[in-house]
Amino acid sequence: MTVAAEQSKVNLREPPSWRRTKNRIATVLMVLAFVLVIIPLGFVLFTVIAKGASIISWSFLTSSIPVNVAPANVGGIGPAIVGTIEITALATVMAVPLGILGAVYLNEYGGKNWLARLIGFMSDVMTGVPSIVMGLFIFSIWVLHFGFSGLAGAFALGCLMLPIVIRSTDEMLKLVPDPLREASYALGATKSRVTLTVVLPAAIAGIVSGALLAVARAAGETAPLLFTILTVTTVNKNVFSGANTSLPSQIFSNATSPYVGAQARGWGAALTLIVIAFVLMVVARFVTARFTRYSR
Amino acid sequence: MSSVTQVDPAVPAGSTRALSERRPLGDRGFQVLALACGLLVLVILVLIAVSTTQQASSWFSTEGLKIFTNNWNPGANQYGALAFIYGTAVTAVIALVMAVPVSLGIALLLTEVVPYRWSRPIVYVIDLLAVVPSVVWGLWGILVFAPWLQHIYTSIASGVDGVPVLGPLFGQPVSGASFFTAGIILAFMITPIVTSLSREVIATVPAIDKEGAYALGATRWEMIRGAVWPHSQGGVVGAVLLGLGRAMGETIAAALVIGSSPAITSHLFAPGYNMPAVIANQFGEAFGVFRAALMGIGVLLFVFTIIINVIARGIVDRSARRKRGA
Repeated sequence: MTVAAEQSKVNLREPPSWRRTKNRIATVLMVLAFVLVIIPLGFVLFTVIAKGASIISWSFLTSSIPVNVAPANVGGIGPAIVGTIEITALATVMAVPLGILGAVYLNEYGGKNWLARLIGFMSDVMTGVPSIVMGLFIFSIWVLHFGFSGLAGAFALGCLMLPIVIRSTDEMLKLVPDPLREASYALGATKSRVTLTVVLPAAIAGIVSGALLAVARAAGETAPLLFTILTVTTVNKNVFSGANTSLPSQIFSNATSPYVGAQARGWGAALTLIVIAFVLMVVARFVTARFTRYSR
Repeated sequence: MSSVTQVDPAVPAGSTRALSERRPLGDRGFQVLALACGLLVLVILVLIAVSTTQQASSWFSTEGLKIFTNNWNPGANQYGALAFIYGTAVTAVIALVMAVPVSLGIALLLTEVVPYRWSRPIVYVIDLLAVVPSVVWGLWGILVFAPWLQHIYTSIASGVDGVPVLGPLFGQPVSGASFFTAGIILAFMITPIVTSLSREVIATVPAIDKEGAYALGATRWEMIRGAVWPHSQGGVVGAVLLGLGRAMGETIAAALVIGSSPAITSHLFAPGYNMPAVIANQFGEAFGVFRAALMGIGVLLFVFTIIINVIARGIVDRSARRKRGA
């Protein structure tokens, strides 16, 4: 109303200067907000690269973790890399198929019924469950009975990944056009056949990229692994039994160490972890980009 | 498409039989399998609640309501968790105060100010922020950021010494690892999720409302206040609550930079403790009631975050639905 009243008095093309100034201040503040985010991000990445790059070498990536106090050039993080790959891979193998099937239920079978809505809602809620609680959960139902193992860690990471995979897959399945399903039904295909041979392949790129983002998130998690795999200093090839270690756990224990050598190895491990997460993110982006090109 | 024409002639012959036929076993089996995977989410959530509560039962039964007192002394068998609840609240509030305005600013920048081709790189940067693992924030926080902040804290503390309100908040004692440092790091970590959710909510504002505001001669800021804000208010509250839930549960970064001292103090620059951090740091050497107490703190954390998440998701979903209906 006030705007309309002012129009009779002022130039219609140009708002009065105090309004323009206010608008400019607001825009500057928005840009400033973005700058405020770039600064710490740049600071962290710069520090990790500067301190981590100098220590990384082939022997650093493959040697075992020194047990005693050692200078930066002795030992490496080999067991942690092996552990991270083993545990994350096992978690992925468990969580991704289950998550995709869960999303298939939500989107293809449940539709809008109360159970599907409840499950969808609770998946969203489950993404907010603190990762440390997942660790405590697996500790009480698994580790207390069967001991520490990579498998226990994979269970904990899988619980974190499951709702993320369900949600991202669900979004992708919603994008598959209904006529595609109807055409397949018209040919006499059963629902499972339509889902497996038409709907899922149509959405596969989006599903893969969502799964990769879930893997990237899981690979960087420390809290669920603290009480499920412990930390060890040598490679444990058996992911199903015995204590294991992972990159995040190793960084955590090195960060609290007062020794320069251990801290230097921590930075090297941090750079390795960020590179792994970053590569997963870029691959996910690349897959999504392909997907959107096809759908257009 | 070519396969359709190949199959076509065969359809009339089998169609009457196929329609009356019962669904094949494999088809029903697949449906049951999918349903089971969907139910897995509910089963896991119930199992989390049951198994952790069971492990924590000796804490709840021996301490009773004393779990909410401020005396944490495992050596003397005293397990009051109030200091950790206090620390969780303080750090989460600090994180929100810093992260929410910044996230809203970026969300508005992305949706209302910059053209599409510029918004992509900005989104990449925010995603990159989300990709930095918690433990890396913690490593950087304790080895680089906290020592640097300590100088700043010290000069602020000497400046506000004796000032009525500011003194008790920002005065001595001062430590690089403190409530405030943990709050800042948590703010970095929740910014991506608050930004992306606010952006989703703001993107649902109908273009016609915005154009209407512009047509009345509004500047961009007036348009945001008059058309965007009333429409997205509810959803943004939901996004902020989800950020709160994340800030409360974020473990490893907080465990490294919070200072690990169970204290209830108004001094934000003093070392403190919060719920996830005490579990992460002490669970390894805890047995008996001590372990049950830490497990119980986990149960409380689970309950708090579930409540916050249910409310927040409810708000976000409702505002998204209302917009789609309108």
